[in-house]
Amino acid sequence: MSAPQDPQDPREPQGTPDGQERRSDEAAPPPEERLQTADAPSEPRWRETLSALLANRLAAAGLVILLLLILAAVFAEVVAPYGFTDGELARRLEPPSGDHWFGTDELGRDVLSRVIFGARVSLQVGAVAVGISLVLGTLIGLVAGYRGGWIDAVLMRTMDVLFSFPVVLLAIAIVAVLSPSLVNTMIAIGVVFTPIFARVVRGSVLSVREDVYVRASRSLGASDWRIISRHVLPNVAAPVIVQTSLSLAFAILTEAALSYLGIGVQPPRPAWGLMLLDAQGFIATGAWWMSLFPGLAIFLTVMSLNLVGDGLRDALDPKQRSIIQSRGVT
Amino acid sequence: MGRYVLRRTGQAALALLGVSIVVFALIHLVPGDPVRTALGTRFDQELYDALIARAGLDQPLLLQYWNWLTGALTGDLGVSFRTGQPVTSALLARLPATMLLAFAALFVGLLIALPAGIVSAVRQGKPIDYAASGFAQIGVSVPDFWFGLLLILVFARTLGWLPPSGYVSPLEDPVEAIRRLILPAVTAGVVTGAILTRFVRSSVLEAMSAEHVRLARAKGMPNRYILRHHVLRNAWIPIVTITGLQLATLLGGIVVVEVVFAWNGLGRFALDSVVRRDYPSLQGAVLLIAVIFLVINLIVDLLYARLDPRITAS
Repeated sequence: MSAPQDPQDPREPQGTPDGQERRSDEAAPPPEERLQTADAPSEPRWRETLSALLANRLAAAGLVILLLLILAAVFAEVVAPYGFTDGELARRLEPPSGDHWFGTDELGRDVLSRVIFGARVSLQVGAVAVGISLVLGTLIGLVAGYRGGWIDAVLMRTMDVLFSFPVVLLAIAIVAVLSPSLVNTMIAIGVVFTPIFARVVRGSVLSVREDVYVRASRSLGASDWRIISRHVLPNVAAPVIVQTSLSLAFAILTEAALSYLGIGVQPPRPAWGLMLLDAQGFIATGAWWMSLFPGLAIFLTVMSLNLVGDGLRDALDPKQRSIIQSRGVT
Repeated sequence: MGRYVLRRTGQAALALLGVSIVVFALIHLVPGDPVRTALGTRFDQELYDALIARAGLDQPLLLQYWNWLTGALTGDLGVSFRTGQPVTSALLARLPATMLLAFAALFVGLLIALPAGIVSAVRQGKPIDYAASGFAQIGVSVPDFWFGLLLILVFARTLGWLPPSGYVSPLEDPVEAIRRLILPAVTAGVVTGAILTRFVRSSVLEAMSAEHVRLARAKGMPNRYILRHHVLRNAWIPIVTITGLQLATLLGGIVVVEVVFAWNGLGRFALDSVVRRDYPSLQGAVLLIAVIFLVINLIVDLLYARLDPRITAS
């Protein structure tokens, strides 16, 4: 898979060629504003973000698709017309019909039902994998940025090494060591995405660490934990939330690619990538429905996450939004 | 500038050292005995002992690393657990196919992104801008292997215009080589084109908002002249940079497209090595791709610094 690396590329979150933490510096609100938000990450801020997100029509559409997907995944047993392993060999490779809206596969299984159950696999892998990188990356970034010195150097150089591998290649190498399975796919993708979070968090920590109010509370005897939880984390939250949403899209694409390669989720679990791997064997027979629908599902999921991610960035990072708008001045 | 080059090259060298450690560790992290696993049912004590000795797996770990690293630096990446052939020659045999596909994909990507990005920036907010942005949004969300399958379905199976898969060397049969190159290059190229479109658009917009461009416009210069002489001259530096980075990404990520089209390149070689548990081959492929990835990134950064002196100043 050629990794979709867009301007909001998860592998270059700071958007500068040498990967320095320019964006998080730019994104940081002025200290006086931070004082208020840092001590009170209060409800109005969230409400404001949500309404800004919903006002963005594309992001709202993404959110709706995403919610539908989550509902389908959670209630797959209720929503899907058949079980994901139920097959009738007599009705194999049937094109879409009233009985089977998305047709049937080579074992006579209902493609629609497998696509619905597949949502569960994709969202699960995406969520757990990004959860792993979120926790690991935030911890590493916090420690590196807050402690500085040799700890920072060692941690961040290690992250640089992981960053030096192309995403899919590193995931393949990790799966090769761990052997292919659902859990190992999650671990591999989680490890691959950790450096992105570590960089984003470290950048944000560096931008607040020496601020007057942080130094003030340190001199008042506040513990590291109190400073981190009251002052640092609230400032890290916005970029991390944006990164999470964009990484989810990318993690789901990576999982689909690994499963398609046969080294991700294993049968009979209905992963979308795995369904496409099956489908390729039947392209010559003209069974287009086997290729079309699982891919469409991946595409819709990834696009909705990208739209929500872009919307969140605009909502949480008004300064960048205004830069983008002002570029249009001619 | 000199200090920047040194610092950036030093960083790359350090990363390369780290990469070599990770790649070396691969074979040692595999649970159990990698040679025994690789041989599977073909197990033969004599062959087993020979492979262990050749890979130096009976030596202390540090010595093994040292031997492996110095071997790699001199182009010796060991022998395949499967075929007993040198890994380096197998890799070199696959490299041209991957390079050809990557450059062809980049070409397709630029063919889409340059006009789409420039037009959508110049006509900002107009329907054509929305169309280009929509294409970019769709392009970055489409799984490339699925797109490839759809292309095979339509252009190879239904219309029968192009062969569905396989690599032919352009030296053997140039016409057939190009016919086989089209579908995989378009598959990887459209996704690349979508990513590049966004960058081209934002670079051109950025250049258009510069003081001197606004002045030129205020003076009443023709738009076409302004675009060619003021806007594109400034916009091309970031565009070249991101194109270079995209080439690195393409080379690293092309494995899936290679598999879709049974393209005999490095990515497919890496995957086959995983499936066959041929760890020296996997190590070699991962190392080679990672080195190419790092070197292109380094060259792009240095070029960027050379073209835009503000980078080194900061």
